[in-house]
Amino acid sequence: MNPKSDLPQGTLDLLILKVVALGPVHGYAIAQRLEQVSQHVVQVPQGSLYPALHRLENRGLLAADWKDTETGREAKFYRLTAKGRAQLETEAESWERLTQAVALILKLSAGGAE
Amino acid sequence: MNWWQRLLRRPEMEEKLDKELQFHLDQHTNDLIVRGVSPSEARRRARMSIGGPEQAKEECRDARGTRWVEDFWQDFRYAMRMLRQRPGFAAVAILTLALGVGASTVMFTVVNGVLLRPLPYPQPDRLVAVHGHSDGWRTDLFGEQNVAYPDFLDCQRGSRSLTMAGSLFDGGTISGSGLPEYVDFQEITSNLFSVLQVSLAQGRAFLPEEDRTGAAPVMILGYSFWQRHFGGRLDVLGASLSLDDKLYTVVGIAPPGFRLRDSEPDVMTPLGQDTARFLQSRNAHPIGVVARLQPGATIAAAQAEMHLIGRDLAEQYKDTNVDRSFVLQRLRPNIGDVGPTLWLLLGAVGLVLLIACANVASLLLARAISRERELAMRVALGAGRGRLVRQCLTESAVLGLSGGVLGVGLAAWGFRPFVALWPGTLPRVEEVQLDWRVLLFALLVSLLSGFLFGLAPALRAPVHKLGEVLRGGGRGVAGSSRRLHSSFVVSELAIAVVLLVSAGLLGRTLLHLSSLDPGMNVRNVLVTRMALSPSTLADPAKTRAAWKDVLERARRVPGVQSVATVDTFPMREGDNEQGYWTSADLPPSNKLPFALMTCVSPDYLKVMGISLRKGRFFDDRDSLTTTPAVVIDEVLAQNAFGNQDPVGKRLWIPEMGYASNVFEIVGVVGHVRHWGLAGDDQARIRAQIYYPFSQLPDGLVHRWSQLMSIAVRTEIPPLAEVASLRSELKGSAGDQVLYQVRTMEQLVSDSLARQRFILLLFGIFAGLALVLACIGIYGVLAYLTGQRVPEIGIRMALGARPNNVIWLVLRQSLAMILIGIALGTAAALAASRVLQRLVEGMQPAEISTFAITIPVLVLAAMFASFLPARRASRVDPVIALRQD
Repeated sequence: MNPKSDLPQGTLDLLILKVVALGPVHGYAIAQRLEQVSQHVVQVPQGSLYPALHRLENRGLLAADWKDTETGREAKFYRLTAKGRAQLETEAESWERLTQAVALILKLSAGGAE
Repeated sequence: MNWWQRLLRRPEMEEKLDKELQFHLDQHTNDLIVRGVSPSEARRRARMSIGGPEQAKEECRDARGTRWVEDFWQDFRYAMRMLRQRPGFAAVAILTLALGVGASTVMFTVVNGVLLRPLPYPQPDRLVAVHGHSDGWRTDLFGEQNVAYPDFLDCQRGSRSLTMAGSLFDGGTISGSGLPEYVDFQEITSNLFSVLQVSLAQGRAFLPEEDRTGAAPVMILGYSFWQRHFGGRLDVLGASLSLDDKLYTVVGIAPPGFRLRDSEPDVMTPLGQDTARFLQSRNAHPIGVVARLQPGATIAAAQAEMHLIGRDLAEQYKDTNVDRSFVLQRLRPNIGDVGPTLWLLLGAVGLVLLIACANVASLLLARAISRERELAMRVALGAGRGRLVRQCLTESAVLGLSGGVLGVGLAAWGFRPFVALWPGTLPRVEEVQLDWRVLLFALLVSLLSGFLFGLAPALRAPVHKLGEVLRGGGRGVAGSSRRLHSSFVVSELAIAVVLLVSAGLLGRTLLHLSSLDPGMNVRNVLVTRMALSPSTLADPAKTRAAWKDVLERARRVPGVQSVATVDTFPMREGDNEQGYWTSADLPPSNKLPFALMTCVSPDYLKVMGISLRKGRFFDDRDSLTTTPAVVIDEVLAQNAFGNQDPVGKRLWIPEMGYASNVFEIVGVVGHVRHWGLAGDDQARIRAQIYYPFSQLPDGLVHRWSQLMSIAVRTEIPPLAEVASLRSELKGSAGDQVLYQVRTMEQLVSDSLARQRFILLLFGIFAGLALVLACIGIYGVLAYLTGQRVPEIGIRMALGARPNNVIWLVLRQSLAMILIGIALGTAAALAASRVLQRLVEGMQPAEISTFAITIPVLVLAAMFASFLPARRASRVDPVIALRQD
């Protein structure tokens, strides 16, 4: 089995919401997009991708439709619901605040060591 | 989709899940192939990256939120499949449980009916009983005090927060249809039925204007009496019945099962019509009072109000009502002393259930271990530990519930025979039935026992060292289960010891009690209550003559040796208690010692075979003109006079209602076990005083004659004498009746019936426990020995002989047996304390009982372990070594 993700807890959901926010997209494309964007910095565990998608769908943050892809195969396309969009905004905001705070603390301690 | 839609469209969901993941895999594979990876390697990498498609699917299913229902259904079907695959195991387990749950449910049905169910009236929590309260009254000896009729009327008038109704117990001879019959009747106030909110089966209740002196005599019949005598005929309404020579018009029939002060009255008459003198007095307290709180009133407010009324009455009627007040209590059924016995039996039956659980647990555990490989496979396929535990618990819950359903069936069939077996009459027996409480109890007990016996195997579900389990075939882990298995056997044995020793102690107690001397010769004595002709009761002189005539006639019946009249006879058949003192310097009445008072005719001593120790018994010298004489028993002699000779000394008995309260002791007789063989030693009042009927003042003759019995010593078996006595004593008008005919031997034997019944049940429980424990030992050893077959094979290949092997196995079981017995002995000692508190006359635990019962258990257990041991000794080493 693959080692579990190095993603901090809860960030996978945030990333998925962000990717889906760009437009209806199927699971494999989400995986690809995450991998591209993160540029191998974080390992996205594809095994947890689908459970996460289904969980978000059940919580009503995502909705899904079956549509044909460019290659003509039928695939499940996820899109953001209004509730999902609101969730994305609040989570993104709190993430921003968190990272700023962490960065601030890290700087402080670096200054203290000098 | 909400969760139940997701649940209902499960196949569709599964299909879509498959499709979605397949799409992902295909795309990924294609991309990899495009990048130049070989197709088979591309497929492998795609599957790896998703972390195994099956695990991913499991997690997706978890995300659905309907997981528990699906799992439950799946587990349920799986459990049913497992049970069907092993019908033998399923049958043993379910039957064992059905037995345990069934027996517990029977006991609980009785406990529920007798002790827990509310009174069968609407809004029973608004009903209260009103008791009299005064400093002189000893509630510990006599129970709650009733209320004087004038006091009752004042309370009824004065209270704003209570509607009060009263009743008075009486008895009389009814005639007019067929044989005259003595009946228990209740005189009731006209509002009794409306206070209880009970409507009559037929006719109407008494009217307020019928509830006063001089009104036309009317009567309500009890339902059973109506059925017994009139076969439920409706034309009895409006008909006239004669009760003690007075004609009453029947106006109503009480509903079936209607009870007043815990017995079903045969007939009821209006209390207000009774002109008896004691009803005018505030000194006599015969009225039982029940009341309903007015809407909005609280008990505390009503109590405060009753205190005020009591204080007013105390000021108004100084000689009778000083220090007297009235106390409210919630109305509760009076169930006598059966409570401890019922709880005791419920506890004992609970132990049997525990053994059954331990038994099924060890069976399940053995199975769980042989299924270790299957469970490991499930973990490998993505099942989590919680999931496996849930699955195992579902299986045991299915077992538990099947056992429970069967058990409730057993109980539904079994509780009536059980109630019928109850010695004497079980109080509130009509309330004993299956209701929602019983079903809830059975459900909880089944689920709880399912949980209890399923938990240990479930927690053993393998999660670590999967590879080892899968490769090793489960043999490697057997060692760790040995301790768990042994603990089941040990606890079963310990519980069996408790039940066996308790049964042994009860048996010894019963033997001891049966060997006690009742203080009289109980063989060939007939005792029967007797109602004189109502026409003789009005005049004391006539009544005395009638009793004299009865004695003379009875004595002439062939086969009769001697005959006497007596108001209360031994073995708890009624009692009358009075405080006494040995000097005129009387202390306050609540400081007096008490004695049992028995009013007899001179031949009583001869009839009962009581021994005369000193002085004389009564004879013709004792008449209305001489000093009232009493004879005391040796207990009173010892208590009051120590080593002095009491004959010729005097006793002061203040509340007898005689002109003078001084009595002369003319003789001392042996003590009689009035409270039964078991109960007499611990009874609160043991001292006895006999006084002659011939000296009874005129004012008491009527009441005493209503309570009178005759005792007859016969030369032939006493019951054979009944018919000739009946015809000889029926009187000139043919309206004198013998009722409640019993022999003294019966009564003595009945006085131990409770103990005998408890012994019988404990015997059954102990037998069950023994059998279940042996099955348990057998199962566990057979299993453990089976696990050790290869080891035994090696031992035999190396030269061990069959005897060594047998010893090897027996040693293992002997260790369990010894630990079980040690723990059980300690528990049994504690249990014997409990028994001593709950069972009357219970003997303390002593060594001989243990010495007799424990070898039985050891032998049975050794026998149960011998079978697997012998099988092990016949293991063929060649085959054993090839196993696995």
